[in-house]
Amino acid sequence: MRVSSHSRNLVPQAISNSADPEKPSEGSVELEHVSCRFGSFRAIEDLSLTIRAGEFFSILGPSGCGKTTILRMISGFIDPSAGTIRIGGEDVRGKRANQRPTSLIFQNLALFPLMRVWENVAFGLEMRRVPRSIRRKRAEELLTLVDLVGAEDKMVSQLSGGQRQRVAIARALAVEPSVMLLDEPLSALDLKLRQHMRAELRSIQKRTGVTFIYITHDQSEALAMSDRVAVMNKGRMLQVAPPHEIYHNPSSGFVAKFVGETNVIEGKLVRIADGFGTVESPLGQHRARVSHNVQGESVALYVRPEHVDVSRQRQGDNAIEARLQDVSFEGSFALVKAVTAHGHVFLVATDNNDLQRLPSNTENVYLHFDEQQAFLLQSDREQCIT
Amino acid sequence: MLIILPNIALIESSFRPYLPLNEIDGPRDSYTLANYQRFLSTPVGFDIFGMSIDVPIHLRIFITTVLYSIFVTAIILIIGYPAAYYMTKTISPSNMAIFFIVLTVPMWVSEILRSFAWFTILSFKGPLNALLIEIGVINSEVRWIRGYYGIIIGLVYTYMLFMVFPLYSSMQSLDKNQIEAAQDLGASWWRTHWRVIVPHCKPGIVSGCVMVFMLSAGSLLVPSLLGSPNSLWFTQTIQQLMLEALDWNTGAAYSLLFLSLCTFVVVAMMWAFKVKLSDITN
Ligand SMILES: Nc1ncnc2c1ncn2[C@@H]1O[C@H](COP(=O)(O)OP(=O)(O)O)[C@@H](O)[C@H]1O
Ligand SMILES: [Mg+2]
Repeated sequence: MRVSSHSRNLVPQAISNSADPEKPSEGSVELEHVSCRFGSFRAIEDLSLTIRAGEFFSILGPSGCGKTTILRMISGFIDPSAGTIRIGGEDVRGKRANQRPTSLIFQNLALFPLMRVWENVAFGLEMRRVPRSIRRKRAEELLTLVDLVGAEDKMVSQLSGGQRQRVAIARALAVEPSVMLLDEPLSALDLKLRQHMRAELRSIQKRTGVTFIYITHDQSEALAMSDRVAVMNKGRMLQVAPPHEIYHNPSSGFVAKFVGETNVIEGKLVRIADGFGTVESPLGQHRARVSHNVQGESVALYVRPEHVDVSRQRQGDNAIEARLQDVSFEGSFALVKAVTAHGHVFLVATDNNDLQRLPSNTENVYLHFDEQQAFLLQSDREQCIT
Repeated sequence: MLIILPNIALIESSFRPYLPLNEIDGPRDSYTLANYQRFLSTPVGFDIFGMSIDVPIHLRIFITTVLYSIFVTAIILIIGYPAAYYMTKTISPSNMAIFFIVLTVPMWVSEILRSFAWFTILSFKGPLNALLIEIGVINSEVRWIRGYYGIIIGLVYTYMLFMVFPLYSSMQSLDKNQIEAAQDLGASWWRTHWRVIVPHCKPGIVSGCVMVFMLSAGSLLVPSLLGSPNSLWFTQTIQQLMLEALDWNTGAAYSLLFLSLCTFVVVAMMWAFKVKLSDITN
């Protein structure tokens, strides 16, 4: 985002909570054993989560897993069936949405179509009985912050998708929330604008210091923007960790598969030593890191396509014999599909420059991977939906 | 053609004098404004807003009719808005179809029967008084059909649905997220209505009000059945002219006057509340 100099010094007076040393946790959010039922349907099941003040926190999960429900509980539109929610250390039970220090950006933005842009932005201030001239001034400042100078008197219908997005952000920031809740706000934009807005959101969050809780079903969005990511499925939290940890050290097969492409070898655990395990499968014996607890002997080995190499000769232990099938060009890299004699499919990511040097699809090749970069997890074949 | 023809005939006859049968098409049968002038004749004392002024009797009846119709419209809006809002919140659109059929069942019964039912309910020794005495709200019978009470109750009942239908459909079309967005930004219940829901429903409110006002002012059966000796509705005046005095010419003139003056009232109200015609149609 282009940051003009005066929008930069606007921020401290605009939103100052995270810089306030007396209330270090004003923007923190804690969920303690929270459940939410709709009739007999359990949308959220015993969920505990602590989000730190000033953090960019993403909640990632497939559609229908309960992400919106969590946001609506935090913002006060639905009450949890059980458990406690604290915002800034304070139990918010019984507080309605209009009394909570949160601002929600809706999946469809929900701008007010009958109001001008500046009235939209200043709506929260109007509700706080701020005089009109001050409201107008604050709206202008906030529109500067989101890079929308000059749109004050337009109607919402005259704006493009990206501009509406910014109006929604400005409107939510206007009430100086401690916590911003964003419900897949970029899903309606095209790819290029989406990437641009990602960077802008991140930069607005950094400058304002407001806690952002960001919901998405797009793993690359979550990984790119967040300080920490929570991955959930079917109303349960699976893993909460920084993006690189989620990607390189997922705690379950679901997380491994949901966050980026991965290859799987299902098999039997034959031994564990020094943090490495050996799995036996029809493809042979392979070694990988074990960093999460593994119980029982049914395990799965995961290795990401970019950690698999192709060569004509067998090198070392972690090798699989296969034949190359298709190449799909992905821009900065290419994905090569390899199939073993058993019909097991592997994906290999290669540099585009190496494409010419790949063996042809008539000869047998060997796929290799480093035991450091592969990981063993308990097999979750039954629960998995892929 | 069948719609326009009687109207043209009405307009035409309104400009002719009322004559005995044998003089029609005779020398005295020429176009005149006399029928319209009669509207402004016969002044009587009229107390309005604390002042007593002399107003032509028919004009007085007209003003009373308009004021009570506005009053009825206001009552229907005040009851109908929360009713429509509650229905929007509690009844899903699919159940609404059934619900509306149930609601419209009374409409299948003719207006005469409905008004007559109210006449029975509201009568001095009727069930409403009995019920109110029973639960202790009042301790002696109230004469409901007195002054304009009966008419107001009857009109509110008869035309309520004409307000609730358009209100419900305009509320149904409001994105629920907008209500939540307003609340999330700190709006109280009341302010959410005032700033978000009411502006969105303005077309529905306006068309409901216009319909209810026109129907109330133009209602004949309700004032005839539920009116009292000292309540007069302009439609009754027209009816008296046409059916009792058999003065169809003045009756026609009054009908036209009534229609155009009511339209004028509606336009003036819309102007006063800054509503554009396009608000209703979209
Ligand atoms: N008000 C509700 N009544 C009944 N079921 C609901 C309600 N809101 C959400 N659900 C259900 O809860 C689940 C989670 O919904 P949601 O939180 O919207 O998912 P997400 O935002 O992750 O796509 C879905 O299966 C949805 O059908
Ligand atoms: Mg959702």
